[in-house]
Amino acid sequence: MTTTTLALIPLLPLLAAILTCMLKDGRRAAGVAIAAMLASCGLALAAFNEAWGMAADVHTTFNIPWLTVGDTAIPLGFVLDPLNGAMLAMVTFIGLLIFIYSSGYMKDDQRMARFFCYLSLFAAGMLGLVLANSLLLLFMCWEIVGVASYLLISFWFHKPEAAAAGKKAFIITRIGDMGFLIGILLAFKTTGTLTLYDDGQGLLETLPTGMIWGVEVAAVISLLLFMGAVGKSGQLPLHVWLPDAMEGPTPVSALIHAATMVAAGVFLVARTIPLFEAGGTLPVVAWVGAITALVAAFIALGQYDLKRILAYSTVSQLGLMMVGLGVAGVSVGMFHLLTHAFFKALLFLGAGSIIHGCHEEQDIRKMGGLAKPMPVTTIAYLCGTLALVAFPFTSGFFSKDEILAGAWATNQPVFWIAAAASLLTAVYMTRQCIYVFPGTHRGAHTPHESPCIMTVPLVILALFALGLGGLVKDSVLANLPGEAAQHETIVIVVSIAVALGGIALGWLIYRGRALGQENDPLAVTPLERKLWFDELYAATVGRLWSLAIIIAEQLNELLHFIRDLLVTLANKIGTGFAVGGDRKLIDKLAFDGMCNQLRSAGHAVTRPQHGFLPGYLRLIAVGAVALGVLVFWIK
Amino acid sequence: MTLHHYLILAAVLFCVGLMGAFTRRNAIVVLFSVEIMLNAANLNFIAFWRYSDNPELLHGPMFTLFAIAVAAAEVAVGLALVIAVYRHFKTVDLESINTLRE
Repeated sequence: MTTTTLALIPLLPLLAAILTCMLKDGRRAAGVAIAAMLASCGLALAAFNEAWGMAADVHTTFNIPWLTVGDTAIPLGFVLDPLNGAMLAMVTFIGLLIFIYSSGYMKDDQRMARFFCYLSLFAAGMLGLVLANSLLLLFMCWEIVGVASYLLISFWFHKPEAAAAGKKAFIITRIGDMGFLIGILLAFKTTGTLTLYDDGQGLLETLPTGMIWGVEVAAVISLLLFMGAVGKSGQLPLHVWLPDAMEGPTPVSALIHAATMVAAGVFLVARTIPLFEAGGTLPVVAWVGAITALVAAFIALGQYDLKRILAYSTVSQLGLMMVGLGVAGVSVGMFHLLTHAFFKALLFLGAGSIIHGCHEEQDIRKMGGLAKPMPVTTIAYLCGTLALVAFPFTSGFFSKDEILAGAWATNQPVFWIAAAASLLTAVYMTRQCIYVFPGTHRGAHTPHESPCIMTVPLVILALFALGLGGLVKDSVLANLPGEAAQHETIVIVVSIAVALGGIALGWLIYRGRALGQENDPLAVTPLERKLWFDELYAATVGRLWSLAIIIAEQLNELLHFIRDLLVTLANKIGTGFAVGGDRKLIDKLAFDGMCNQLRSAGHAVTRPQHGFLPGYLRLIAVGAVALGVLVFWIK
Repeated sequence: MTLHHYLILAAVLFCVGLMGAFTRRNAIVVLFSVEIMLNAANLNFIAFWRYSDNPELLHGPMFTLFAIAVAAAEVAVGLALVIAVYRHFKTVDLESINTLRE
C-alpha cells in the first residue's frame, strides 16, 4: 500500500460527494456514489488484506508535512495496522451495502442526489477518521462526520422534529467534542506532537508523562478524549441525541447511527488505548459503558417507535463495546464493534424495509402480522435479532461472550451489570418482534414486501450477522492487541442463560396479549419518558442555556451601549477636528488668515499710492531731504 | 551783503514754495508754488555766479535764462494740463482728483 492508494480510500467518496452535489438526477448521483464506494471498498479490502498479516504492534505510517510554525511541525498522515484495517473493511463494506439499499429507499425523494452527496461526504470523513495517523486529522474527520450526521438527521428538514433532532445531535456531541479538543491541546502541550505513530516519536509511542493538577497527564488526556467518545458514541449522559437522530432516513440510521459513526467513539478509545493504559483510566471506560448498557436497555423496554428501540439498543451495545475495551482491551471491544456493525445495520435496514412496507409507519402498535407479506425482511430481521440478543452461535454471541469473560476476569460488578443489560436486550427485542411479526396487521394500509434492491443487502447482512462472529473470532483476537480472558463455565452459563431467559421472559409477558389495545406492562411512564433524561437536560443545560442567552443579551446591550458611546466619542472627536482643526486652524487661521495678512500687507503697500498729488510731493521732499542728510553725513 | 544773505533768501523762497506745493489744494496755486521754488533755485545760480572767482564768464545768467525759458514752457504745459483736468473733472481741487487711487 502506498500513500496514494491509501489516501484514495477516503478521497474517492469525497470526490463523489463533490460530483454528486452538482448533479440533479438522483439515480445518476446514486450511481456515482456507489461506484466511488465500490472502488473505495476494493482498496480498503486490499489494505485490510495487507494489514491483517502484520503483527499487532506494527504500524505502517505515511506522514505528510502539513503545517510548520517555527520549529514545530504538524504532519498529517495515515496509518495502517490491523485495527483500522478491519475497521476500513467493515465501514466500506457496510457502507457499500447501505448505499445500494439507499438507492432503492430514497428513489421517490426529490433530493436524492443531495442525499448521496451527504452520504458520500460522511463516508469520506469516516474513512479519513479511521485512517488518520494524527489526532488533529482524526479530529477534523470527526467533525466532518459530525456535520454529515447533522445534515442527514435533519435531511427531511420540513419536519420540525427532524430539524430539532439534527440540532440536538450536533449540540450534544459538541459537549463531548469540547473535551476531545481540550485533550488534543493538552496532548500537544505535554508531548509536542499529535502524530500517533511516528517511528517511536509518536504520541502513542512516547506517551505523555508528568503530573497536572496532581493527576497523571495521561489520565487527564485519556479522560478528555473519552469525553469526545462519550458524545459521539452516545454514552451516558450524552446519549440523548442518538434516539432522536432516528428522525433521519433509515439508511442513515443504519450507516451512521448504528454501524459506523457512533462506533467512532469506540474506535477512538481503541486507537488511543495506550494513553488509557498509561493513565489507568480503563475502569472508568468500563463503568461508563456498563451503566450506559444497562440504562439504555432499560429505556428500550418502554418504547413504541420501531427505530427508537433500535437506537436505545445501539446505545446499550456501544456501552458493551466500551466495557469490552475497558476490561479486556482492543481486540474484544473491536470484535463486538465489528459484529454489532453488521447485525445492527441489518436490523436498521430491516426496520427501514418494514417502515417502507407499512407506508412510513414507525409505531409498533400499528404493525403486526408482517411475517406473511414480508417473508424476506422478516427472516433477515429475526437473524439480526438473534445476533443482537446473543443467541448461541450467532456472531453477537461470540463477541458478547468475550466481553463477559473479560469482565468476569477483571471487574465482577461490571460483569453483572453487563449480564443484566444482555437480559434486558433479549426482553425488548422479543417484545418488539412479537409486536411486529406474528398475528394480524393493525395498521390502516396493507403491508408489502420491499423491492430486491433493498432485500438483497438484507440477506447479505443476515448471513454476516449469523456467521461472521464464529468465522473471524480467532483471527480478530489473534490479530488485534489485547488479551482475551479465559472462559469460565459460569460466564458461558450466564451468557446463554440471559439470552434464552430474556427471550423466554419476553415471550411470557407478551404471550396472548391484545397488543396495541391494552396497556403495555413494560411501557410504564418512567420508561416511556426515557427516564426523564430530556427533562433533566431541559432543567440543567437548557436552564443554563437560557441563562447564557439572558447574559448574552445583556452583554449584547452593553456592547451596543459601548458601541454607541464609541461612535458618539468618535463623532465628537471628528467634529472637534473638523471645527477646531479644519475650520478654525486651516481655514480661518492658515488660509483666510494668510489671505487677510496678504491683503492688509497689500493695503499697506498701496497706501502711498493715494492719488493725492501734494502727498507725492511731500514724499519726494522727504526723500530729497533724506538724501541730502545722507550725503552730508557720509561726507 | 554777503553770499549767505542771498542763499538764506533763496532757501526761504524755496521753503515758501515747497510749503505752498505741499499744503495747497488748488492745482494752479501748486503751479505758482513750483514756480517760486524754481525762482529760488535761479536766485541761487545768480548769487553763486556773482560771488564766484571770475564772474565775467556769465555761467549763472546763462543757466538762469535757460531755466526761465524752460519754466515758461513748463507753465504753459502745466496750465494746459490744469485746464484739461478742469474740463474733465469740473474742478481743480487736487484732493478730489484721485482716480489714480482706485
